[in-house]
Amino acid sequence: MADGRHRALESRSLRFTLFTLGAVLVGGIVLLIPPAFLQGTMPPLAGQRPYSALEQEGRDIYVREGCNVCHSQQVRPFKTETDRYGHYSVAGEGVYDRPFLWGSRRTGPDLARVGGKYPDSWHWIHLEDPRRIEPRSNMPAFAFLTKTPLDTSLSSKKLATLRTLGAPYGEEEVNDAASHALADAKAIAASLRADGIALDETQARSEAIAVIAYLQSLGHAIAAQPLDTAKLEDR
Amino acid sequence: MATESIGRVEYDMAVVRGFALSALLWGVVGMAVGLLAAAQLAWPEWNWGPYLHFGRVRPVHTNAVIFGFTLGVVFAGVYYGVQRLCRVRMFSDTLSRLNLWGWNAIIVAAALTLLSGHTSGKEYAELEWPLDVAIAVVWVIFAINVFGTLWRRREQQLYSAIWFWIATILTIAMLHLANSAALPVSWLKSYSAYAGVYDANIQWWYGHNAVGFLLTTPILGLMYYFLPKQAERPIYSHRLSILHFWSLIFIYIWAGPHHLIYSPLPDWAQTFGAAFSIALIFPSWGGMLNGLLTLKGAWHKVRTDPLLKMFIAGLTFYGMSTFEGPMMSIKSVNALSHFTNWTIGHVHSGALGWVGMTCFATLYYLIPRLWHTRLYSLRLAEAHFWAATLGILLYVTPMWVSGVTQGLMWRATNPDGSLAYTFIETVAAIRIYDVLRFFGGAVFFAGVVLMVVNLLQTIRHGSAAIPAEPEPPLAPAVAVAAGGR
Repeated sequence: MADGRHRALESRSLRFTLFTLGAVLVGGIVLLIPPAFLQGTMPPLAGQRPYSALEQEGRDIYVREGCNVCHSQQVRPFKTETDRYGHYSVAGEGVYDRPFLWGSRRTGPDLARVGGKYPDSWHWIHLEDPRRIEPRSNMPAFAFLTKTPLDTSLSSKKLATLRTLGAPYGEEEVNDAASHALADAKAIAASLRADGIALDETQARSEAIAVIAYLQSLGHAIAAQPLDTAKLEDR
Repeated sequence: MATESIGRVEYDMAVVRGFALSALLWGVVGMAVGLLAAAQLAWPEWNWGPYLHFGRVRPVHTNAVIFGFTLGVVFAGVYYGVQRLCRVRMFSDTLSRLNLWGWNAIIVAAALTLLSGHTSGKEYAELEWPLDVAIAVVWVIFAINVFGTLWRRREQQLYSAIWFWIATILTIAMLHLANSAALPVSWLKSYSAYAGVYDANIQWWYGHNAVGFLLTTPILGLMYYFLPKQAERPIYSHRLSILHFWSLIFIYIWAGPHHLIYSPLPDWAQTFGAAFSIALIFPSWGGMLNGLLTLKGAWHKVRTDPLLKMFIAGLTFYGMSTFEGPMMSIKSVNALSHFTNWTIGHVHSGALGWVGMTCFATLYYLIPRLWHTRLYSLRLAEAHFWAATLGILLYVTPMWVSGVTQGLMWRATNPDGSLAYTFIETVAAIRIYDVLRFFGGAVFFAGVVLMVVNLLQTIRHGSAAIPAEPEPPLAPAVAVAAGGR
């Protein structure tokens, strides 16, 4: 066979290294380059808007606490999944998601369609102590989020960075991001108080409020889309 | 060059000792943290405050065991093996020191930043951008050091272990640079350069090949170097090495999209991922067989030698998990297994069985030689082997049952077509397996503690200084492979 020629290759370290590089580049190029072009041309789903300043802060906290380690955000096109969660995930939903948060393990349920499913007060209690809502839950309690004031000092810079990457934020949205975030937080705090949850001033502008804003934003654009059941697999 | 060929080459073993010790440390830390993470899933009251809850603890576990422990053993093995296979000292002692201290500083910084919540959110690539830059710098240092050594080598042929290490160095650099691209907001916050589907595509191209080129190719390199040494037999087939090396590295890089089956990733990419994953079984088993058949005529040694037991068990787990992986890439199987504990079980049969066992055997081989003495206790090593094997079975079996149970419950329907179980019912149903898994992990960890005691005792009785008289006759004089490398 080519044993002898390979022996010759084994004595040439530079050539061997270049061959190795070639072998791993082929698959890399095929899998990375064509979808890169798709990315630029991919339209957002109708009604999909970039996250508000408060929602983005909430999303960053969601990532910081590793919520995506246990909660997927990717509904598969199976009847049992669309029955449980809602419309299966589509590409146009993710155009503002940096990073993507599809996850790899559902220790807890998928959250891609959780927006609007429960009232704000449900989320507040659930974050504080999941076992008050569901005694069998093994989710950690995130009570500290309800007591930590939200830091908006980077909000403007965050939206500006996301705008550089392609999110269509207006000038005012970027510049006034912090005050917008606080105004939105006030509205959520009001809805919590209306549901009988007593909040002190720190709690009313806590990180938990931002997380709730983010969770409530999930899956709205897709909810307006009809579900084509013919596309579903019967699993 | 020729003038030195009569004298003994003075290899730099300090860097190997450093990495062997740091690997022991990170192994204990990373696996203890893994045990904590397992406990947190079984008993949620084991989560504490902002710094020690599962969401932050889990990436500390994965980073410590992959980048601290496994890569520490790999660095130790590469620095040990490359010098001997090239018959020359490392290219630069300074670069070796920078590699050792730089890498361990990164691991410390990784643990601290992850516990304080600074994460990019991408699995196995969680570290924020300044650390990503530091990783790139240290990796380049490592690469220059190894390629510089290859360039100056006094042995014409490159032995197969080196092929796998070359592939590791090149591919990890490529994966890390591509996947870590991000735009900083501040020193500890950045946003991925990619969004949504494309971010997922590039992340799992990276993620799966981190498995391929951190947990497979460099470990195969360790196997190709240390197994023949320990067995005192040349590797079974050079031709099989060639076939399996080139096919493995060519095919692996395509397999990433099997993490994204039934996702919004374009179908053609999913199909490539699944097809190449299934093809991957051939080169994987080629490597397994080349290792196992090396024992031909020496199987009796396995009975009394715990190191060989570990190499063989490692290869066997490699064979099993590289059979299981392709199966899980088949759409209908993936529909059941994805998002369940089956995946966690699969990963750990590879990580504890293949990577763990091979790394343990490598440390048991290296440390007595690095400190010029004998292993403190073969019986402790034997006990470690059985604890590890039992621990893996106690870990992986409940994860399989748990995964299949939950997967089936998610899809179960009543006669009228409605869902049979709420999500929380599926959580409650697998709680018992989370408890069992904790105990499996505890048994595995107990084995690691035995190893650390054994190896530290070994070091206590030895000395880093080269003894005055010729080395004691424990390093077998028999050459590895063909031609005395």
